[in-house]
Amino acid sequence: MKPKRQWLAEDYAAATEQHPERDAPFETLSQIPVDPLYTPEDLAGFDPGRDLGYPGSFPYTRGVRESMYRGRLWTMRMFAGFGTAEQTNERFKRLLAAGQTGLSTAFDLPTLMGYDSDHPMALGEVGKCGVAVASLADMEVLFDGIDPERVTTSMTINSPANAIWAMYLAMAERRGADLSRVGGTIQNDILKEFIAQKEYIYPPAPSVKLVIDTFEWGPKHAPRFNFISVSGYHIREAGSNAVQELAFTLADGIHYVRKALERGLDIDEFAPRISFFFNVHNDFFEEIAKFRAARRIWARQMRDVFGAKDERSWMLRTHAQTAGVSLTAQQPLVNLTRVAIQALAGVLGGTNSLHTDAYDEALALPTEESATLALRTQQVIAEETGVPNTIDPLAGSYYVEWLTNEMERRTLAYFEQIDALGGVEAAIEEGFFAREIGDASWLAQREVDEKRRLVVGVNAYVQDHPEVPIQLVDPSVVEVQKQRLARVRGERDPAEADAALAELRAAARDGRNTMPAFMRCAHAMCTLGEQMGVLREVYGVYQEPVLI
Amino acid sequence: MAREVREASEVASAGDEDRKLRVLIAKPGLDGHDRGAKVIARALRDAGMEVIYTGLRQTAEMIVAAAVQEDVDAVGLSVLSGAHMHYFAAVMEGLRAKGAHDVLVFGGGIVPDQDRPKLAQLGVGEVFGPGSSTEDVVAYVRRTVAEKTPR
Repeated sequence: MKPKRQWLAEDYAAATEQHPERDAPFETLSQIPVDPLYTPEDLAGFDPGRDLGYPGSFPYTRGVRESMYRGRLWTMRMFAGFGTAEQTNERFKRLLAAGQTGLSTAFDLPTLMGYDSDHPMALGEVGKCGVAVASLADMEVLFDGIDPERVTTSMTINSPANAIWAMYLAMAERRGADLSRVGGTIQNDILKEFIAQKEYIYPPAPSVKLVIDTFEWGPKHAPRFNFISVSGYHIREAGSNAVQELAFTLADGIHYVRKALERGLDIDEFAPRISFFFNVHNDFFEEIAKFRAARRIWARQMRDVFGAKDERSWMLRTHAQTAGVSLTAQQPLVNLTRVAIQALAGVLGGTNSLHTDAYDEALALPTEESATLALRTQQVIAEETGVPNTIDPLAGSYYVEWLTNEMERRTLAYFEQIDALGGVEAAIEEGFFAREIGDASWLAQREVDEKRRLVVGVNAYVQDHPEVPIQLVDPSVVEVQKQRLARVRGERDPAEADAALAELRAAARDGRNTMPAFMRCAHAMCTLGEQMGVLREVYGVYQEPVLI
Repeated sequence: MAREVREASEVASAGDEDRKLRVLIAKPGLDGHDRGAKVIARALRDAGMEVIYTGLRQTAEMIVAAAVQEDVDAVGLSVLSGAHMHYFAAVMEGLRAKGAHDVLVFGGGIVPDQDRPKLAQLGVGEVFGPGSSTEDVVAYVRRTVAEKTPR
């Protein structure tokens, strides 16, 4: 057999002289050039024993569990939340009845930013893009009739994560649950907020301190809870490419590990409960390679750089969500196709949990019908395609293995760049991530505007489409919320609420772990706004430099 | 903020091409999704306009104050959180109260079709949804400002 270079120069060149290549960008969404063909030559130095291993063993390229989807399918976990706690509770129950296997909570913007529903900054936003939770009373309604020992719940909450987690655990305690049996995930990844989604309240240093409080407290008090989900999803949605998403997310994870070690924590105590969350975008093979590379890089960092001994510390367990940013308002039903293909990439990449976007998300929050269809997409992949029958079926593909190596190589190059800037927090303050992501999203938009990259229904195959029904949020939400808040403030023991807030203030001021105080505040019915207000006073608020 | 392009004598003597359009791009409310706002700001700037980007977490009052102070021709609001009815109405009202009737207010983000007529009734211009081309936005701002302020 002749060498690849010779085949390209002779056979392929001759053939394309006759029938030229399409006028298309032959590169991945991360601008990695793609050859017409991959062969064993592209995998020089590749050692399956070292670089892949078996599923469930180092470096976990093929998956974190031995049996993967033959044992248990990925968790089908649909992100949901809107309006009042009552309305979202109802949606949760219907999703569980439709065969969903875990819950995932979307909070509204006032909650995400630590304001009570009756705060002036909450005007117009209560219950709009998620559910409003201002106190334990809302949390109890939200999970009414759902057993916290049986159903695991993920909560997308960051700056106020400690307080919301404490409310969830307090809710479970009041129902008589044993916290050592209550599982779930809080997102609690503040670094990506500074980098991408911008839902920060306090400056980076105290924000990271609050995160490390959960690293210390969680394993002792709620050992089945993932106290963090280090998230690339939002970095990608903010416009980064796949390589940046992977590199920045893992750099964030490493930053937290370093901070936890600085506090004197034992890596094997906390690392097994670090979880991850990645995007699954359109570039099919690049996404699959991204998940495989993520597991390998993390395992090598944890074992070889940080010296973790417990195998569970080496495993990168991840949730995935299809790419909201890839959905179009034009011909919205086409989004069903995009989501199905992205979901398949997530499954072939070996994700442990998956959310599939609804087709109408470029228009509004999903309706019940569109959310159910999105769940059905996962069920079709699981039950009808045969894809889950064998583990990591693309292993050994010259292209996929080459691309996995390439993702790892480029990620390690970013690590060096970030370290040279003085680490993640320094790079945030220097504007490094904002610039990187801004440039990548600008480039992607130019490609679409100039039709170098085609998007079906947007700059190609354009066609009028009928309107689709959308989910509306009842404006009475605000009133329901205000009434419940007034009742909470009126009925609680005011002395205990004050004492709990004072304990929180003291813990924050003295640099002690804040979690015991947050638990006390939750039980004392302190509102989220009150608790975040205390920390705003102690830590101050952060304003990012404006860059375009 | 540099205001030299707006010196009265210059405006009086300058032709249309010499005066740069001034546009304020704003992110009202609590939402931090700023990819679209930044992409549009960059596109308008590359098209030769003076662009002021407010950054995040702006109240309607802050946006109106900035628009008046910067003497802009157009204000673009980026809203993805579902709070668009509230913020567009508040900004329109604020601008009117300050006598800034001729400022074009347009937008972008996640806005359902059902709400578009209501926004138009408030006097809001085009609202660009996901998948809009930046060239369309540039052309729209140029054309609509020219129509609104005949010189």
